[in-house]
Amino acid sequence: MPNVPAELKYTREHEWAKREGDRVRIGITAFAQEQLGDVVFVELPKVGAKVTAHQAFGVVESVKAVSDLFAPVSGEVVEVNSELPQKPETVNKDPYGKGWMILVKPSNAGELDQLLTAKQYEEFVAQGGGH
Amino acid sequence: MPGGPPAAPARALTGPEGRWSTGSLVNTALKRTPLYEAHVKAGARMVPFGGWEMPVQYAGIVEEHRAVRAAVGCFDVSHMGEFEVEGPHALAALQRLTTNDVAALDIGQVQYSLLCYPDGGIVDDLTLYRLAADRYMLTVNASNIDKDWSWVREHGAAARWRNVSDDTGLIAAQGPKAEALVGRLADCDVTSIAYYHFAEGRVAGVRALISRTGYTGEDGFELYVSAADTPRLWSALLDAGRGDGVVPVGLGARDTLRLEMRYALYGNDIDATTNPLEAGLGWIVKPAKGDFVGRDAIEKVRAAGPRRKLIGLEMADRSVARHGYPVTTPVASPGREGAPTVIGIITSGSYGPSVERSIAMAYVASAHAAVGTELGVEIRGQVKPGRVVKTPFHPSRVKK
Repeated sequence: MPNVPAELKYTREHEWAKREGDRVRIGITAFAQEQLGDVVFVELPKVGAKVTAHQAFGVVESVKAVSDLFAPVSGEVVEVNSELPQKPETVNKDPYGKGWMILVKPSNAGELDQLLTAKQYEEFVAQGGGH
Repeated sequence: MPGGPPAAPARALTGPEGRWSTGSLVNTALKRTPLYEAHVKAGARMVPFGGWEMPVQYAGIVEEHRAVRAAVGCFDVSHMGEFEVEGPHALAALQRLTTNDVAALDIGQVQYSLLCYPDGGIVDDLTLYRLAADRYMLTVNASNIDKDWSWVREHGAAARWRNVSDDTGLIAAQGPKAEALVGRLADCDVTSIAYYHFAEGRVAGVRALISRTGYTGEDGFELYVSAADTPRLWSALLDAGRGDGVVPVGLGARDTLRLEMRYALYGNDIDATTNPLEAGLGWIVKPAKGDFVGRDAIEKVRAAGPRRKLIGLEMADRSVARHGYPVTTPVASPGREGAPTVIGIITSGSYGPSVERSIAMAYVASAHAAVGTELGVEIRGQVKPGRVVKTPFHPSRVKK
């Protein structure tokens, strides 16, 4: 079982969300990067863009597949990981750290509580991860 | 994503195998090569491909790709099909079936060739081995075995055919250290086998047809052995190559390696709707040899000039131009007004781990095919810039 940090929240589309004060940091899980394989391109929104929970906010491409990134919460993008366009492999190397994708100022703090806990996400993945 | 949701639905993150799966065989039991157990034991990720359950990757596509360019990698390509044809009518049957000149082939030599339909479309691409004076072997694509088998017997009925696909295993050892590795295990001098030639001998004690061919652009061999001997040869190569940095390589890296060389993949870049000339395969079409299936249609294309051409394309950024994406005129810019119009289609595309860029092959209208021409590729509703480049994308290092 790939690493699932206990302090994070998760989506069924394999994104993680981390509360940082009044902001939420977002990335993809270790399971997701493992399934994708080598990440070669990440397309992210610009600072100031609005993202909506459960809707695509970007794209991650591996050698063999292209996948949407789904927002765990709604809100405004306040920071984007500017290292990823040059070093997309960071997503594979450090999915919960340097491979983060966007920092969002949520418009509805309650959405974070509706996400999966680490334990729930682990069970979800163990049952086949939604496929 | 900027500008709202993507125009075309992308796959969910962990969606299954994408282009590695083939829809037509969904309800058919997948076939397995003699190395299936070895792949599973080695932790390979297995996917459906052309009706076969094959390893797409072991350690990772990029790592495997780089190991082949820098050292040596071993590929299980036992899913490929092999037909033998022999007898006094074998040569005439092959001349009629294939586009290349079989009469020019010496015993011990290999030839890249095509089977075509009467309209010039491509049935399959293949390698042809002259085993003896009147005995040949054809190696065909795995997903085309049944189709090709019917085709060759229908159009080459006078000769004696044998489908030996199920009895034959095939391992490719590719990379700058492949010669040293295979040489260490062989009972004959493999250094004297020239490119597109073969010898028969033993490798790791196993009877093998040792062919200096491949699909990577590196020096190397393809080793045809009996299905029963395949696991033994596979472990011998991986054991003996440990000091060389040998790795098992899956279909993922096989695809990126061949893409960097601009080698065509049947089903992606060539198929029944493409002709050899637009695919850049005119060099294996020899109309002077006499009549063959498809000759008239191909010669008509030659006289008129192909309407479209298969080109190599490099993207300005790292977004991947994938099979089926539209190719357009360039993005509008000052001095270049108007919306881009569609002028072609991507047939293969990926990040090229050795060229470290996003590269692709595409059919484009001939007017846009010159090296240096700027083009666009429509990716998720947005036209992204690219340009026609010289191929191969990465220099070939095959032993010429």
